[in-house]
Amino acid sequence: MDEPLIRWDWIARNWDNGSPLAIRTLLENHIVMAFVPVVFGLILAIPLGLACARWRLLYQPTTALMNIVYAMPSLALFSILLSVTGLTQTTVIIPLTLFSLAVLIPSVVDGMTSVPDHVRQSATAMGFRPLRRLILVELPIATPVVLAGTRVATVASISLVSVGALIGQGGLGALFTDGWQRQFSTPIIVGIALIVLLAVAADLVLIVLQRLLTPWSRARRSA
Amino acid sequence: MNWLIDFFGEPANWSGPDGIPTRLLQHVEFSLLAFAIAAIIALPLGLWVGHTGRGAVLVVLSANAARALPTLGLLVLVVLLIGVGTIWPVLIPLIALAVPPILVNTYEGIRNADADLRDAAYGMGLRGRQVLFSALVPVALPLILLGLRLAAIQVVATATVAAYVGLGGLGRYIIDGLATKDYPSVFGGAVLVVLLALAVQFGFALLNRVVVSPGVRQVR
Repeated sequence: MDEPLIRWDWIARNWDNGSPLAIRTLLENHIVMAFVPVVFGLILAIPLGLACARWRLLYQPTTALMNIVYAMPSLALFSILLSVTGLTQTTVIIPLTLFSLAVLIPSVVDGMTSVPDHVRQSATAMGFRPLRRLILVELPIATPVVLAGTRVATVASISLVSVGALIGQGGLGALFTDGWQRQFSTPIIVGIALIVLLAVAADLVLIVLQRLLTPWSRARRSA
Repeated sequence: MNWLIDFFGEPANWSGPDGIPTRLLQHVEFSLLAFAIAAIIALPLGLWVGHTGRGAVLVVLSANAARALPTLGLLVLVVLLIGVGTIWPVLIPLIALAVPPILVNTYEGIRNADADLRDAAYGMGLRGRQVLFSALVPVALPLILLGLRLAAIQVVATATVAAYVGLGGLGRYIIDGLATKDYPSVFGGAVLVVLLALAVQFGFALLNRVVVSPGVRQVR
């Protein structure tokens, strides 16, 4: 077989050719389906995690439930949801949001636990009311742990979206099914490379974000 | 709900090469094989890296790469390049995906064991390998089991996806059902996969109770 592993001209021809399988369109869909779940996950995980940190009794059952959610194969969840939400992006976004929650709730709880008691007490002694103390003292200290969880959730979400291709909504995953149906390796390699690049790029952005949001952690290290 | 009754109530779905018992057995067989091979590779390697500290960079890199690599893409590419025929082209990506979680968690468990414990074990006259197996491994066991559990779950899930490139198992109901718009089959297959994943999850929870020393469990 003298078929090359990658046909570079294929990439150029299919980057932005207006078809629904254009690489650029798939990349854009992929980004939406990967990031919306993480954003929803964060919006839901912060109050839920705070509740679990505040009322410890909630934590055990919540982790048990999240462990079960995390064990669900994505394709199975997509298939089950197919009967409710049909062939839409929502069918992919809902399970990925659940997976993000499963990662993020424990990191919010761990983040809140990482706040030293003496800091909390000092803040109270300085006259902070609970809500102000939470926003100005506790959440900033918890930020590195929460962002570490966000990084894991983001990278996992970016790579899991592609499974959605099997139900017709997989962003760059469509390149995998397309390549398989035509027994043609170029789209598959392009898809893998773009997904890994996207994951690395998102991870770098979050690392930079963490440095910007927690300037004190750098100051302490250099001191 | 009707779909569930359609699927599970159909007698033809309970026998023959497409029957639920056969498909379930296939799924468990592939998964166990891939999982066992991954464990045989990753457990000793993780113990060694954790104990000696050599090659730690490799472990961290493999962990990050494994999270980012799309399973479906890897599967399709490997099978396309090696060709179908035997089950090995499908098993290789399954194994590749199961190795990192076991490797990383075993490494972390051994590495993060209390340094005092390590010193005390040496002080009591234990040798390198004895320290590893009688002091460090018991303490690291919860993390090692977590790694094994994550790998097992990953394998069961990916084996479902692998039906797309021709592997048997429960994924067939989903993939074939999608191709023929037989939604009761898609739904029924998905429910079976979820049940299998839950069984794996509970199996490991049980194993955790049996093998982890009560003293170690209390500290956590």
